[in-house]
Amino acid sequence: MAKWITITLLSIGLIVSATWGFQQSGQKESMMIHAENNYQRAFHDLTYHLDLLHDKIGTTLALNSKEQLSPQLLDIWRLTSQAQTDVSQLPLVLLPFSKTEGFLSEVGDFTYDVAVRDLEHDPLSDKEIEKLSALYDASDDIRKELRTVQHEVLGQQLRWVDVELALASEGEVDPNLILDGFTAVENRASGFSETHFQNLSSSFPRQHDHFSFLEGEEISEQTAINEIATQFDLSNDLDINLEKSGDGAQLPMYSGSFTYNEEHGYVEITEKGGHILSYMLDRPLTDTNLGLNEAQIEAEKLLKEQGFEDVILLQSSQYDQTGFFQFVGAQEDIWIYPDKILVKVALDNGDIIGYNATDFYRNHRNRDLDEPKLSLEEAEDKVNHGLNIEDQHLAVVEDVEGEEVLSYAFFGTLNHDTYRIFINAATGEEVLVERLQDVESKWGQS
Amino acid sequence: MKTTLIKCLLLSFIFTITSIHPNQEVYAFSPQVIQHGATGEDVVELQARLQYIGFYHGQIDGVFDWGTYWALRNFQHEFGMTVDGLAGDKVKDMLERATDYDKEFVRENLKAGRTFTHYGGMNKEDQVKHEQPPAQEQPEQKKTDPKPEQQAPEPGAEPEQQVPDPQPGAEPEPEPEPEPEQETPEPEPEPEAEQPEPEQDSEPIEPTSVNVPNGYSQNDIQLMAQAVYGEARGEPYEGQVAVAAVILNRIQSSTFPNTVSSVIFEPLAFTAVADGQIYMDPDDTARRAVLDAINGWDPSGEAIYYFNPDTATSTWIWSRPQIKRIGKHIFCM
Repeated sequence: MAKWITITLLSIGLIVSATWGFQQSGQKESMMIHAENNYQRAFHDLTYHLDLLHDKIGTTLALNSKEQLSPQLLDIWRLTSQAQTDVSQLPLVLLPFSKTEGFLSEVGDFTYDVAVRDLEHDPLSDKEIEKLSALYDASDDIRKELRTVQHEVLGQQLRWVDVELALASEGEVDPNLILDGFTAVENRASGFSETHFQNLSSSFPRQHDHFSFLEGEEISEQTAINEIATQFDLSNDLDINLEKSGDGAQLPMYSGSFTYNEEHGYVEITEKGGHILSYMLDRPLTDTNLGLNEAQIEAEKLLKEQGFEDVILLQSSQYDQTGFFQFVGAQEDIWIYPDKILVKVALDNGDIIGYNATDFYRNHRNRDLDEPKLSLEEAEDKVNHGLNIEDQHLAVVEDVEGEEVLSYAFFGTLNHDTYRIFINAATGEEVLVERLQDVESKWGQS
Repeated sequence: MKTTLIKCLLLSFIFTITSIHPNQEVYAFSPQVIQHGATGEDVVELQARLQYIGFYHGQIDGVFDWGTYWALRNFQHEFGMTVDGLAGDKVKDMLERATDYDKEFVRENLKAGRTFTHYGGMNKEDQVKHEQPPAQEQPEQKKTDPKPEQQAPEPGAEPEQQVPDPQPGAEPEPEPEPEPEQETPEPEPEPEAEQPEPEQDSEPIEPTSVNVPNGYSQNDIQLMAQAVYGEARGEPYEGQVAVAAVILNRIQSSTFPNTVSSVIFEPLAFTAVADGQIYMDPDDTARRAVLDAINGWDPSGEAIYYFNPDTATSTWIWSRPQIKRIGKHIFCM
């Protein structure tokens, strides 16, 4: 009897688990298909968009009328952006595909810049036409390679999820046709970027000058450690873990870290001159005993100690128990926005828990500033008249290309919004217009 | 036009206020100098008082934003004070004399998350936009009410919001207005202590907004914190800031997508996304790290890749120029 009961129970259990397992595998299968479908769509879109891109560049070369040129270029720009989106949805991050992505963004930047300028007054130069036809050839190469990969994918029913697995486990899997195909695409693209865009590529406008204004002798590791110990009043037996930066760093530096009671510190100090670039002291913060204004006094004290005399507070903000302060350099009443220094103050006891002068050291130098050609009134006239101007000062800012320009900074309000507008002090052009938005209501509270 | 309106209002209010002032409960600011970027109870009071005399038209939310800043500066200008945008003793003193602050009204509406305004000379209940009848404690309506609609910008001031309150408690009891003395703009010391109103004072007023760094939403910060927590919990603090900085550097870079979410969810970009660890609840450290990164700290040295040398098998990633090592991760270009 007991035997039969056991048998029945076991067989029921078997059936149940078999059904469950079947369902599970079915679900897993459908998830896989779902993922695969997304990949396939992105991939086929990509090939299509690149094909179309090639096509459009070709048409543009043949165009004669200027009225047609702008829309055509904007269309190319739109296509590059779509192709970039397609790429970002494919598991290609670990694949060397950055040259192709770079190619796309070059095409996009170039066509956008040309399209938005006034082509009546400033038509395409010979050099630009040359560049456009180079882009035409390159896009043809890339397009062909991609179409070949697409053919393989369709013909052999290759799956992108397999690519993902192959990439994730790297190397163990047989040569994968898709991977090979994309490597071929990448080689085409890199051949192109080497010949045409050596010095144009600017994926990082911020990195243009590598701290060329930094002064001082190179310091040794031991000096760096001593420097850190003095700066933070650390006793000699406290371990400071020091690392030297590698080849990829813009600026050779030491980074030291230490833990003292509950506090964890991290300091960056330049090899040349031993300047403290930045530091962070992390510890749990409990309550708020200081106002922002008192904290600002602490921050200013620190800047004095570090030898920054001519600085102006640009912005202060409170985040929970910390106060953030953004200072900029000043030269004879002119605010130097690129010379930025950040200070973070704990609002429980007023300690400085963060400091960052990297931008200051990157950009600071003695600037020869011309007198502004425009008077304040003339510049003000260039600002949108709907704006109610509340405040202004002279400032040095970086424009879109990263060049420093002397300009008038105007703060104006329109309805409930505040805008900051920089007007070039020599030409009267709008350098930059920003809406200052740094407050957000807490979502889901009502 | 706006300024003339403000001036008119100002005059009328100063007049009415000096005439009713004493015996009214006065809530004083704390001694701190309030400045741009501050948050908290003092800011709520500052905004409410500036709104009372028609300088501030934004939401009363407890965050000293640009709108509050200009309101304060205009107030300082109008009252002949140094225009510096700082609410020090002089400003606070002047505000306390020139305005009324109905703390409970503000507290209650903030807590309930309602849209409301705090203009002087208007029926308070009309300035609240809400569904249920208001639980009112102290109906102190004034009879001054020149124009019902003056420049209250919020739809909250629309008259449709149940003006007549059905509850008997809401009977307007007009203030005994002309009774107190007219004489001095120098009122006696604030009778703060002697008025033991139903004190809920122990619990501070919570601001309904927060500061966010240049255009990042709290939700972006949360998403980044999840990514950082999934990728780098257990790493030293600077390692977590560096991971957050890499996400930001990728947004900047032309070869990566341009938004927080598309960088994070790019297939295979982050292991924490691939294995679902991103869906864990991040701790405070991760949040602080993200905030530091967004505010400009970048221990990664502007890296756009990083990898764990113990597990990374991709030869390509090893070929990238390395910037530095933090904890378990190597950061590279």
